Amino acid sequence: MSEERKIRILVAKPGLDGHDRGAKVIASAFRDAGLEVIYTGLHQTPEMIVSAAVQEDVDVVAMSVLSGAHMTLFPRVKKLLDEAGADHVLLTGGGIIPEDDVAALEAQGVGRLFGPGTPTSAAIEYVKEWFSAQNTA
Amino acid sequence: MSRIETLDARTVELLARFRTGAVPALARAISVVEGQRPGFQALLHEVMASGPQARRIGFTGPPGAGKSSLVAAAATTYRVRDEHVGVVAVDPTSPYSGGALLGDRIRMNDVATDPGIFIRSMATRGSLGGLATTTKEVVDLMDGFGFARILIETVGVGQTELEITAAADTVVVVLVPESGDAIQAMKAGLMEIADVFVVNKADRPGSARLVKELRQALHLRAGSALKDIPAHHGVDLGRALKRERTTDSAAQEVEDWPVPVLTTNALTNEGVDDLVDAVERHRSWLVESGQLEERRRDRAEGRVRDVVNRELQRITWSSDEVRRLLGEGVLGIAGGEETPYSVARRITDALLR
Amino acid sequence: MSTIEKELESRAELASVLRARERELAELKARLAEWEEAFESTPKRDALFTTVSGREIDPLYTELDRSGAPDHEALGVPGTFPFTRGPYPTMYRTRLWTMRQFAGFATAEETNARYKYLLQHGQTGLSVAFDFPTLMGFDSDHPRSLGEVGVCGVAISSLADMEQLFDEIPLDEVSVSMTINGPAIILFCFYVAAAEKQGVDVSELRGTVQNDILKEYQAQHAWVFPPEPALRCIVDMFAWCSEHTPKYNPISISGYHIREAGATAAEELAFTLRNGFEYVERGIARGLDVDSFAPRLSFFFDVHNDFFEEIAKLRAARRIWARGMKEKYGAKNPDSWRLRTHCQTAGVSLTAQQPENNIVRVAYQAMAAALGGTQSLHTNSMDETLSLPTEKAVRIALRTQQILAYESGVPNTIDPLAGSYFVESLTDDLEREALELFDEIDEQGGVVPGIEQGWFQREIAASAMRQQGEVESGDRVIVGVNDFLDGSEKVEIDTLKIDPEVESRQVARMAAIRAARDSDRVEQTLSALRDACRSDENVVPRILDCARAYCTLYEIRAAMEDVFGAFKEPVFF
Repeated sequence: MSEERKIRILVAKPGLDGHDRGAKVIASAFRDAGLEVIYTGLHQTPEMIVSAAVQEDVDVVAMSVLSGAHMTLFPRVKKLLDEAGADHVLLTGGGIIPEDDVAALEAQGVGRLFGPGTPTSAAIEYVKEWFSAQNTA
Repeated sequence: MSRIETLDARTVELLARFRTGAVPALARAISVVEGQRPGFQALLHEVMASGPQARRIGFTGPPGAGKSSLVAAAATTYRVRDEHVGVVAVDPTSPYSGGALLGDRIRMNDVATDPGIFIRSMATRGSLGGLATTTKEVVDLMDGFGFARILIETVGVGQTELEITAAADTVVVVLVPESGDAIQAMKAGLMEIADVFVVNKADRPGSARLVKELRQALHLRAGSALKDIPAHHGVDLGRALKRERTTDSAAQEVEDWPVPVLTTNALTNEGVDDLVDAVERHRSWLVESGQLEERRRDRAEGRVRDVVNRELQRITWSSDEVRRLLGEGVLGIAGGEETPYSVARRITDALLR
Repeated sequence: MSTIEKELESRAELASVLRARERELAELKARLAEWEEAFESTPKRDALFTTVSGREIDPLYTELDRSGAPDHEALGVPGTFPFTRGPYPTMYRTRLWTMRQFAGFATAEETNARYKYLLQHGQTGLSVAFDFPTLMGFDSDHPRSLGEVGVCGVAISSLADMEQLFDEIPLDEVSVSMTINGPAIILFCFYVAAAEKQGVDVSELRGTVQNDILKEYQAQHAWVFPPEPALRCIVDMFAWCSEHTPKYNPISISGYHIREAGATAAEELAFTLRNGFEYVERGIARGLDVDSFAPRLSFFFDVHNDFFEEIAKLRAARRIWARGMKEKYGAKNPDSWRLRTHCQTAGVSLTAQQPENNIVRVAYQAMAAALGGTQSLHTNSMDETLSLPTEKAVRIALRTQQILAYESGVPNTIDPLAGSYFVESLTDDLEREALELFDEIDEQGGVVPGIEQGWFQREIAASAMRQQGEVESGDRVIVGVNDFLDGSEKVEIDTLKIDPEVESRQVARMAAIRAARDSDRVEQTLSALRDACRSDENVVPRILDCARAYCTLYEIRAAMEDVFGAFKEPVFF
């Protein structure tokens, strides 16, 4: 009985910043939208995130970065994902990320990045649309 | 060994990478099996060809007992002993949304980047026995991939999770002083499934009392008069009790396994070495007593039953005729001309025709 | 008149007073019934009549909503027990609240220049913001610090950095507040050692170190050690400071981060005060005289959007603390009963959309803090959801406080809302709810078991989810976010960027410090510290020795961790 394929998503909190209100809210919202959410807790290194993404065979990695370290963390995770042969994984996220940094990261192959005040429904819709585009293409 | 179906190109490629030891291939193979995607049975058939090799150790117990931490600590100990470890951690699927929050890795962060450890989180996806529908098959994949020790953590939402006895060679029941007294453990059917008892968070008040009570309860059960009597009615002990039956005369000579009651503190690693030793001792006992072979036979039988059931279900509910009969039958029930039983009979008759 | 006659007369008088009062109440009830009829028959706006914390608010409050406790018991006068009306008798007539803006970025050298600028422009207190590696006890050259050095605050990895931070700033004259928790004891020792290097008498040091680890486990998560050893270090600081730095506040018990993580006003109030009482209990259990350390306990609350609820929260906090300290913990010194607090406007209420609106939000929140009787205040800058604040945004935030202080007239009257049916009723309600939450915490087995079982974390997350749901459904209007959108949501405002070279400069600096110091002394002091951690000796003098030997933050943390272990995050879902 091959049922509808579940979307698996890793919600990750990289770096040393412990403000996880957003990560928890979005993780719960993804669960309530029918996704299987792997949450690995705080203070994750890029290596930990990518190792979990590979082992869990996730479709999406969503990172919450409020610490200003996004220009280090997103490219590093993207690079490690590519090196691990997981370049099919969508890397997206949210946090306090200035617009020109968003543009720079998108140019490096990072997916959409959501700013403060984004409704969780926008992120859910984005991930679901990306997923169905991947699986019909 | 016979083939069950022709492998498609994608599965062939996946198997080839799997056999070179590529971790992403194992991860993807698990997704294929977990999602019961096309070709998953053929994939398992290929991977299981070499038979079970790994030692499978189940961890079960009530919520808050610290199962994930203990699994992480045990995995670390196995790594120190140079064994490769696979971990499967099961969390519940939300019945409302079909989604799940899989949080067991939080407790396993210390071992997260060790290449000798592979951790996979699974959602129950509707299964109720403490494991996900395909957990046992996922364990087979890890076994086929070459992990020598596979640790399986059940959901731990409170109800008794007997399915672990069918998935593991050794079942570790994890309790904490707060999880109640030994009477409650007996009522929950834990006496029957435990090969090793662990009282975790042993620095907390009440732990010595719980250890003592558990030992007394085990001692009582070991008494010959009570040995084969279920501790409590209403718990399905079929499979658990079967394990106490010995099958051949050679094995009769080996003494019964004395279920140890250990104390640990997973956060400080205290007692974890002893726990791993006990698990390994239990393994030797399983081999010597012939129980391992019996358990594996039981497991194989159970697996065949599961696969047949699953196939029958799939065949049943994917049949157009069955769907038609069901649709009509439901209307008939509503109109008072039929009952669920007459409709079901017509469906099974049609299938067997 | 005989005595009997006199008594009969006074009884008759009393009876007539009571009858008059009964008539008055009956009259009030009758009029209210009329009002209620009119109210019920009139259409209402389709809006949420609850506070941001989800509290139902009545359309009208009257005398009937008061708790019935006499005013002299429930309110007192300002500066006296139970301090509902303010911790000091004269409040802002004597001294305005301290306008203390939190600042720090990049290296010690750059932050030092900013501090000197601020001091030259009349600021009398400093408030240090550390970067994330420092907050977690990592040196700038530790691999875990990658990308985060100097980004959200200043990087301080050893005494050398602390000396640089306060270079030419006399530490006996300037009061310094340091927001640090997990490794607070280490940074405090760097600070004391830096003062020694300046030749300052350390008994003259004034200021505050946040040092509130309980709320870190509950909400903000910048922890290092597990609860028991972490609490032991805090009590070590209470003991050491009461003897050596009697003007210094060794803790600032903080509700701010609990609230920002999603708690309601009542949860913020209850969790913070219960944490405070936990520290008091730990001090007493150590054998300290409660009056030797309690007067130096200070607080830090959030001031969120709901104007009256926030005012009532601060008033209730003072009353609960005073009663607990006096009645439960037997403190005799009124300074032990007196809750003194810093406030900060709610960062979480700021929006990235139409960011200039934040100036208005901050202004209302600041007014609530003043009406609630705060002792010091930080006003957030409008651009903080976009980046670290720019100089211009910080200036507007400071001006907001100055307009409140000098133009609005708010500081002229002490506790001007006392006696308001609504505010007194809210104060009573919040107090009652906090006491009920105390009982719930006790049911968890206390604060530490509640943390270990993830109870606080789950309560906070559930409240956060509820608030998010209200905003997403549109039930709770956030101007410029889910209503009143006009295309101006994205405003081009300047943002502050940290030079990525900061990290490499700081890493080079660390290498130089490591090369220049006496490595034998480093080993000796670290080893003595490990021994102290294993025994029940006060660890402060040992950490001070390490600091003086230029052991780095991470070296000291690691030595303590060898003995204490590290805290692991409990599962909370």
